[in-house]
Amino acid sequence: MIPTLAQLGKRTWMPDSASTFGPDIDFLFYFIYWISAAAFILIIAAMIYLVLRYRHRPGAPERPPGAAPAAHSTTLELTWSIVPSIAMAFMFWYGFRGFVDMNTPPDYAMEVQVTGIKWAWTFTYPNGASSPDLHVPKDRAVKLILSSQDVIHSIFVPAFRMKKDVVPGRYNIIWVKADADAPVRSDGQNYFDLYCTEYCGTNHSNMRSRVFVHDSTSFTKWLDEAANWIKDAKPVDAGKRLYNEKGCAQCHSTDEGKVIVGPSFKNNYGHIHDMRDGSKVTVDENYIRESILVPGAKVRAGFENVMPSFQGRLKDIEITAIIEWLKSQSDKGPKPLDEFPNLDAKPGESKPGDAKPAEAADASAPSNAPSNVEKH
Amino acid sequence: MSTATIHPGKVGHEPAPSGDNYLNHGRSFASWALTLDHKRIALLYLVGVMSAYGLGGFFALMLRTELFTAAPTLMSDPARAWDFYNQMFTLHGAVMVFMFIIPAIPAILGNFALPLMLGAKDVAFPRLNLASFYCWVGGGCFFVIVLLKGILNALFPALASFWGAGGLETGWTFYTPYSTTTTNSAVVEATFGAFILGFSSILTGLNFIATLHMLRPKGMTWFRMPLFLWALYATSVIQILATPVLAITLLLLIAERTLKIGIFDSSLGGDPVLYQHFFWFYSHPAVYIMILPAMGVVSELVSTFSRRHIFGYKFIAMSSLAIAFVGFLVWGHHLFVSGQSPLANSIFSFLTFLVAVPSAIKTFNWVSTLYKGDIHLHTPMVYALIMIFLFTIGGLTGLFLGSISLDIHLTDTYFVIAHFHYVMMGSTLFAFLGGLYYWWPKITGKMYNERFGSTAAIIAFLGMNLTFFPQFIMGSQGMPRRYATYPDQFTIYHQLSTVGAYIMGFGMFLVLLNLISSLRNGRPAPKNPWGSNSLEWQAATPPPHDNFPVTPEAGDPYDYSQWDYVSPEVGYVKSDRPPAPYESH
Repeated sequence: MIPTLAQLGKRTWMPDSASTFGPDIDFLFYFIYWISAAAFILIIAAMIYLVLRYRHRPGAPERPPGAAPAAHSTTLELTWSIVPSIAMAFMFWYGFRGFVDMNTPPDYAMEVQVTGIKWAWTFTYPNGASSPDLHVPKDRAVKLILSSQDVIHSIFVPAFRMKKDVVPGRYNIIWVKADADAPVRSDGQNYFDLYCTEYCGTNHSNMRSRVFVHDSTSFTKWLDEAANWIKDAKPVDAGKRLYNEKGCAQCHSTDEGKVIVGPSFKNNYGHIHDMRDGSKVTVDENYIRESILVPGAKVRAGFENVMPSFQGRLKDIEITAIIEWLKSQSDKGPKPLDEFPNLDAKPGESKPGDAKPAEAADASAPSNAPSNVEKH
Repeated sequence: MSTATIHPGKVGHEPAPSGDNYLNHGRSFASWALTLDHKRIALLYLVGVMSAYGLGGFFALMLRTELFTAAPTLMSDPARAWDFYNQMFTLHGAVMVFMFIIPAIPAILGNFALPLMLGAKDVAFPRLNLASFYCWVGGGCFFVIVLLKGILNALFPALASFWGAGGLETGWTFYTPYSTTTTNSAVVEATFGAFILGFSSILTGLNFIATLHMLRPKGMTWFRMPLFLWALYATSVIQILATPVLAITLLLLIAERTLKIGIFDSSLGGDPVLYQHFFWFYSHPAVYIMILPAMGVVSELVSTFSRRHIFGYKFIAMSSLAIAFVGFLVWGHHLFVSGQSPLANSIFSFLTFLVAVPSAIKTFNWVSTLYKGDIHLHTPMVYALIMIFLFTIGGLTGLFLGSISLDIHLTDTYFVIAHFHYVMMGSTLFAFLGGLYYWWPKITGKMYNERFGSTAAIIAFLGMNLTFFPQFIMGSQGMPRRYATYPDQFTIYHQLSTVGAYIMGFGMFLVLLNLISSLRNGRPAPKNPWGSNSLEWQAATPPPHDNFPVTPEAGDPYDYSQWDYVSPEVGYVKSDRPPAPYESH
């Protein structure tokens, strides 16, 4: 009976389940739901009936003194204490049982490291791949090891009925086995929503992400691509992708002068800015690198020192790529390759690998930024 | 003591012999500001606490307005809009919890009614009572400073470098390490304010316990005490045992923030989850500080307006104590997803279900009291019935959250928001308003307009359901709490909720209008307009400065057999018939 009734409520209440926890939790939800609905109707119907039945009618005489009905009944008291207790004992037991399952990851589960930081998620896979979205293979247990770089966050995937706080200074662990494909969303992709559900500051409400469910072939393919894409990408393109994936975009806009939380990246590089301590700094490669790794070292005037450090969260190749992309967003950045006069090559012999000497030849561009950074 | 004083109410509307009452006993500013009269202190609290309620309500409407659309609604720039929203939900929670709902019933209605119900001249420690009010004012001042700094900083950003950040955007729970590291908030001022407000609560609790032990009149054994007093007794026990823990916790937080002592912040060697344990060790019992007095009020109203003895007196009284006791053992259910040990989770879930039993007992007893009653649907009774309706929803939805596996899905979503608003706002606020209407004639000496009063109650009730019921639905679908923006699929629920909030706001405005207009236009209140047998209705209306010329003798507070209705002007008058034979209920 319960599942049929659950179908009735499906459109309104719990979202479609996509994990092995779903059916169990949904059963409990609808069990309590229908018990509560019945109890509510019973209590309120009794209340309304009694009020209408025993309403004092205007002009009627007041209750004749001494005609008071019984004022207590131990039998009734015990009945309405014990009967709900039995129902509640079942709710407790069922919830406890489900919780034990949710708390016991199978030992064959694939591990994913989850890092929360204001205000982005990073999911890191055993092969070194990392992604701002959670990618899981279908029908395979995945164990998530949660840690936070700053304050408490909480990871929540409604479709998986899965939630756990992401607490700094300790590892929390959850696991999940997806058993359904994600629905098509308005942007044409298939994914579930993932939310941060522990308040973490300004952009808490946008600390959302996506969960992609793959079959095993496409998951392997995705893992491989996610681990290796950066090696094949142009630094500036890689930088743009990292800007979106690593959480930079949560606080730094690419529109001139538009402040989300931190300074805009548009026309930032190469310009001179006032710092909070009154000094002036020209934004160059080393300043950007320092600002990524030690954000509090030199904070722009008019901004709070709120950025978390990305020390250990970005590889050098990634930092370099981000710097290159930041440069491309500035009017003082290097000019696109095809605008350089190719000094070495004879006409018609231009090669992409020759970009660096050309760049060095340009007076307005700082020399050889990537190799400079690599030394650190 | 002459027996004549047992029946002082022969004539209904009977001013005290001298025409002197507590309202005109001294007219100077000092006679109010430094008063030791529990009734005047109750009025001071009434003005202060209701102002806080207005402020908290304004914040709530700002929240709901921002959430009318997923895009920034109040401001064009997202980051500013989100920051503003974060400020609003924090201040809404902090002001409503610490300044409104905790003191509302004990400090206003309790302060006014408790000594009168005992036939006493005042509480046991009148000076402490006044001190408690000024603790409330002092704590409130810190909240006002936080708010003003926030507003001024927003208008003149340069001020921030002079006196630091203003406003508060940590959430009313002040979770660490966010609260110890944010540079966006006046955390120290706000927590210190809450620290002082805690003392107000402790002093009130202490006073009530002493008063109930020492000043019960002749004839009032523990089991002949009105249930409102039982509820206040249970509440007071929680107040004096739990609130010091909050005070210590907040001091530790201030120490960590200002002195960088590592207690809660893991980067300093502390444990963030420890803070949550400390915080909820107070704040969960605090939930019962909020709801128990409401249950006490409803017990009075249901019995009085049904004109029959309350059903299951002892079970209601003992269930208050049971809730107070078990309420101390369930704080861990706020930490089911925090990483708390699975064993602790299981134990806390089990204990949480135990609290549901005494709550259910009360509800069943209230409904049973209606049976064979002679039910007068005056405004206070309308509020009591509304409270039973809303509390049933609030209580039953607690079952969803007590089950661990299901709580993991529902916690930190709008389901929780809806649940505790049905309990805190639906039950406590509506019971408070019911109690305020009930004692209003005694407090002010004026009758309010019944039709107006009931209409306002029903409008607020409809608004309340429209605001919060959709939140259960979107919560179960996964809408996280404390979000300033949301995915499109939740839009319809948020919009219904916002419309509901405005309807409720309108209802509350009508309540205010109704009560204030009664001061000007209300007819004089009789001594006992409802025919209650508890002692406060045997004092003159409004009561004189020292309440009773001679201490009255108490009988069964729920035996109405001696009270005869005369007319609206005269109210109920006590006859010479002997009381119904007393039986232990």
